[in-house]
Amino acid sequence: MLELLRQPWPWYLAGPLIGLTVPALLLLGNKKFGISSNLKHICASCFPAGVPFFRYDWKKEAWNLWFAGGILLGGALTALLLQTPEPVQVHHKLATELAGYGISDYSSLVPPELFTWEGLFTLRGALLIVLGGFLVGFGTRYAGGCTSGHSIFGLSTLQGPSLIATVCFMIGGIIMANFILPLILKL
Amino acid sequence: MKNLKYLLAGIAFGLLLVKSEVVSWFRIQEMFRFQSFHMYGVIGSAVLTGMLAVWLIRKMNIKDLEGRPVSFRKKEFSKGQVYGGLLFGLGWGMTGACPGPLFALVGTGATVIAVMLASAVAGTWVYGRVRDRLPH
Repeated sequence: MLELLRQPWPWYLAGPLIGLTVPALLLLGNKKFGISSNLKHICASCFPAGVPFFRYDWKKEAWNLWFAGGILLGGALTALLLQTPEPVQVHHKLATELAGYGISDYSSLVPPELFTWEGLFTLRGALLIVLGGFLVGFGTRYAGGCTSGHSIFGLSTLQGPSLIATVCFMIGGIIMANFILPLILKL
Repeated sequence: MKNLKYLLAGIAFGLLLVKSEVVSWFRIQEMFRFQSFHMYGVIGSAVLTGMLAVWLIRKMNIKDLEGRPVSFRKKEFSKGQVYGGLLFGLGWGMTGACPGPLFALVGTGATVIAVMLASAVAGTWVYGRVRDRLPH
C-alpha cells in the first residue's frame, strides 16, 4: 500500500480530490479557495508602505495564510514520507528538446540545472526564478486570482470572468513554453 | 485555534499537489506543449468535482460548520483578467509553478523556490503600487 502511495498519483485520483478543496473550505467556514490572495496578504502585513491597495484588515484573512502554511508543510511531509523513488517520467519529445539545452536530470520534480542555488547564479536560471516569479505575482493580482481562485474555484461557481482569465493563463503559457522559453534556455 | 482546520486542509492540498506532480516544471511544460493529458485531466476533473459540490451545496442549502449559509460573490469582468491573465500565463510557463506549488515546492526542500516566492510577493507589491495607472 505504502509502495503504491509513493508512486505519482494518477489524474483521476488527484484531480477530484483537489476539486474537493472547494467544498471543504466553503463548509469549514464559508471560505473561498484562492491561493494568490496570500501574496497580497503578505504585502499588507509586512510591507504596506501606505499603498491603498494594501490597506485592509488582513488579519481577517489570516485563515488563508494558515492554509498556505499547510501547503508548505504538506510538501515537506510528502517529501519526507511519500517521495517517489524513481525519476520523473516525461514525454520523449520534451526530453529530447530539453537535452538540447543541457537539461537531463530528472531526479527531482524541478530541473536542478535551473532551479537550485547554483542555477540561480546562471543567467537563464535567474531569469526564470526572478522574472518568472515576478510575473506570477504581478499577473495573478492583476487578473484577480490564479489557477486556484479562477480556474478551480471560479469555474466551479460558473463565473464568466474566471473562464476568460483561465483562457488567458493558457494562452500566455503556450506562448512562453513554445516560443520564448526556448530562447531563454539557450542562454 | 480556529485556524488549525485550515492548516490541516492546506497539508492535504499540499500533499495532493506534490503526489499528482502538478508542482513539477516538467508536467507544466508538457501541458503547454500538448504532450500529455495529465494536467488537463487533473484540472478538468477538479473543476467538475468542484462544480458538482457547489451545485449540491446550493441545491441542499448546506450550512458551514458554524451554521452560517454558504455565500457566493459574483466576480466582475475587468480587462485585468485578460492582461493580468496573459502576464501570469507567461510567468507560469517560465516557473512551472503557480502560487500553490510555490509554497509546496519550498516545503519539498527546493529551497531556491523561496526566491521565486519572494519575487512573486514583489510582483504583487508592484501591482498594488501601480494599479491606478493600469487599464482595468
